[in-house]
Amino acid sequence: MSLEQKVRSYILESFLFTDDQSVLDNADSLMGKGIIDSTGTLELISFLEEHFGVKVEDEDMVPENLDSVNKIMAFLQRKQVSH
Amino acid sequence: MCGIAGILNLSTERPPGEAELTAMITQLYHRGPDGYGFFHNAQVGLAHARLSIIDLAGGKQPIHNEDRSVWVSFNGEIFNYIELRETLEQQGHRFYTHSDTEVIVHLYEQHGEDFVQHLNGQFAIALWDDSRRRLVLARDRAGIRPLFYAQMRNRLVFASEVKALFVHAELPRRLNHVALAQVFTYWSPLAPATVFEGISALPPGHVLVAENGRIRTRRYWDWSFPQVPLPKERSAEEYAEELRALLIDAVRLQLRSDVPVGAYLSGGLDSSIITSLIKNYTDVPLRTFSVTFEDAEFDESAFQQELVDYLATQHTALRCTTADICHAFPKVIWHTETPIVRTAPTPLMLLSAKVRAEGYKVVLTGEGADEVFGGYDIFKEAKIRRFWARQPKSKMRPRILERLYPYLRHSPASGRAFTENFFSQGMEHKDRAFFGHIPRWTTTSRIAQFFSPEMQRAVSGWDPYASIMQTLPADIERWIPLGRDQYVEAHTLLAGYLLSSQGDRVAMASSIEARFPFLDHRVIEFGNRLPSRYKLMGLTEKYILKKSMAGLLPESVRTRTKQPYRAPDSQSFFRKGVAADYVTELFSERRLREAGYFDSRVVAKLFEKCRSGRAIGFADNMAFVGILSTMLVDEMFVRHATAQSTQNMVWNAAAMQHPADGTTC
Repeated sequence: MSLEQKVRSYILESFLFTDDQSVLDNADSLMGKGIIDSTGTLELISFLEEHFGVKVEDEDMVPENLDSVNKIMAFLQRKQVSH
Repeated sequence: MCGIAGILNLSTERPPGEAELTAMITQLYHRGPDGYGFFHNAQVGLAHARLSIIDLAGGKQPIHNEDRSVWVSFNGEIFNYIELRETLEQQGHRFYTHSDTEVIVHLYEQHGEDFVQHLNGQFAIALWDDSRRRLVLARDRAGIRPLFYAQMRNRLVFASEVKALFVHAELPRRLNHVALAQVFTYWSPLAPATVFEGISALPPGHVLVAENGRIRTRRYWDWSFPQVPLPKERSAEEYAEELRALLIDAVRLQLRSDVPVGAYLSGGLDSSIITSLIKNYTDVPLRTFSVTFEDAEFDESAFQQELVDYLATQHTALRCTTADICHAFPKVIWHTETPIVRTAPTPLMLLSAKVRAEGYKVVLTGEGADEVFGGYDIFKEAKIRRFWARQPKSKMRPRILERLYPYLRHSPASGRAFTENFFSQGMEHKDRAFFGHIPRWTTTSRIAQFFSPEMQRAVSGWDPYASIMQTLPADIERWIPLGRDQYVEAHTLLAGYLLSSQGDRVAMASSIEARFPFLDHRVIEFGNRLPSRYKLMGLTEKYILKKSMAGLLPESVRTRTKQPYRAPDSQSFFRKGVAADYVTELFSERRLREAGYFDSRVVAKLFEKCRSGRAIGFADNMAFVGILSTMLVDEMFVRHATAQSTQNMVWNAAAMQHPADGTTC
């Protein structure tokens, strides 16, 4: 599974409770669409740390890094995560 | 405390018989194990299940007036009965018991339907006026004691709990979809609706009068707040002094009993106040009870112990494990008769059983102080959000939200941007009375993503904001903002969940009467008149309440951060990744599909998330508990035709072996 598929799959399973790929666009704002709430961000961060071995610092926990599939992928790439 | 039930013929019909009244009232055995009583004639039947607390020998109900033309069956306590009796005797009324009940019939003789205004108490009353062929049902002001009713062809039937109504085979057994959606938004249906089609709840502060085949309900009391700050405000010292005197009197009245009275001591400010008042202003020996948990996130035992030592009470703590919660949950729902979104009532049901086992029938508790004196975080959030809404683009204003949640391990305040986004919801509604409740309702209603297509269709036209607006007073948006929030809270969470599922129902499950001095209506009215800042001073909650208790509590309790009472939620139902049998069964594809409220495929993913321990947020936990409890309500009240088979289901669920380690549940 590619990086993108892993991230998409996690969000679909854990927050949208579906496997229907069409309900999530990579550019969708997760906050804006109510897909993730404040506690959901902690779950997401746990997932990123456990599955990709990245360390998410306090200053990383901003919408620019986490608020869409595209942003998450860009963040992971900056953290040198291989595909 | 007790249970009541009855039947009224609205037109020509067979007389209510003792057999059917017995069938109804025996469903309420847990509310009144000390004996049954009946009154019936050609048109009406009143039944009563007694929990003897005042006038143990002579207070058997139903009770009548001098010439037996007025009869009453009631559940509750009339705390000012001694004062009322004095006045009534001076007015020439003659009493034949020493009960608090009897003042009701004489007050009715004196004041007609307005008798209810004179009562200081908690009550669900059924009164029959034989001269006028009139039935009067009345419910107390805050909604402490329950009263349900339904119309069947030519009859009105009523009872303390829905299970007593369901002995009548003609009543439909169906869940109302909009009422379910209301539970999954406001935590409660909006009275008079209940989750059952055709079953109504008499709202708090209302009377129902049935006469000449017609039924009318009217409100006799409501929470009400000032439109502008009081023209003549008094000093904080004056308010504090008046409040202390009021609370001492409320506690004094609510200790009236011919059996011993205990108190719940949660470790928080409110129950500490009640126990401190008992200790310092009465001769009643202090006997306290509390719940403790293995998980530090929920446990408050250190705070409880501090109070126990400070007040030198004789204390019993009941340890509650997740296994206990799992084991007891079906029985909880048998008593709540409605879906719930938290497991929190469960430890309280277990605690009431312990209280019973220790020989007590009555406890005083601290519930109500948060509603009356502005104790909840939701009031602080609302204050911050309104402040923020005046300058929506401000970066500084929302930062103050981060001060709100120190007690939660998985605090929603971390991740400031996400927090801001969450709390900035509904800014366009900043002047609406329900503004303060939008974040909670939004989180709760995430359960809607699990609704089946039929359920979604049934509730598609339902608007939660329009719906609540219809129930609010016409001038509410001119009230002080805190007053608006308090009103909405009192009419949703307080009566519809806290006092019922987490209060009356689980205490009554073990035949325990809970009493609430903070809900003495004089205390409520005092609180409602206060300038907001004496309730919420900046972000310090219950300011005047704390001030009124200076010197009577350890400083640490007065200044302690509020920790709302909570119990472990979805994690209670799994052991080492395996669900209890009954949970697996009720979450199965077949059961979900047959019941029809939820989409089994979507629910399966939530189940998996909870099973693997990844459900750490409120939304997922509320959804899990909400779905499980709905399936239990469906199983126990909709699917099963008889009360007996329902009873079997509850006990069988509790006795099911847990596969992972062989323990029961």
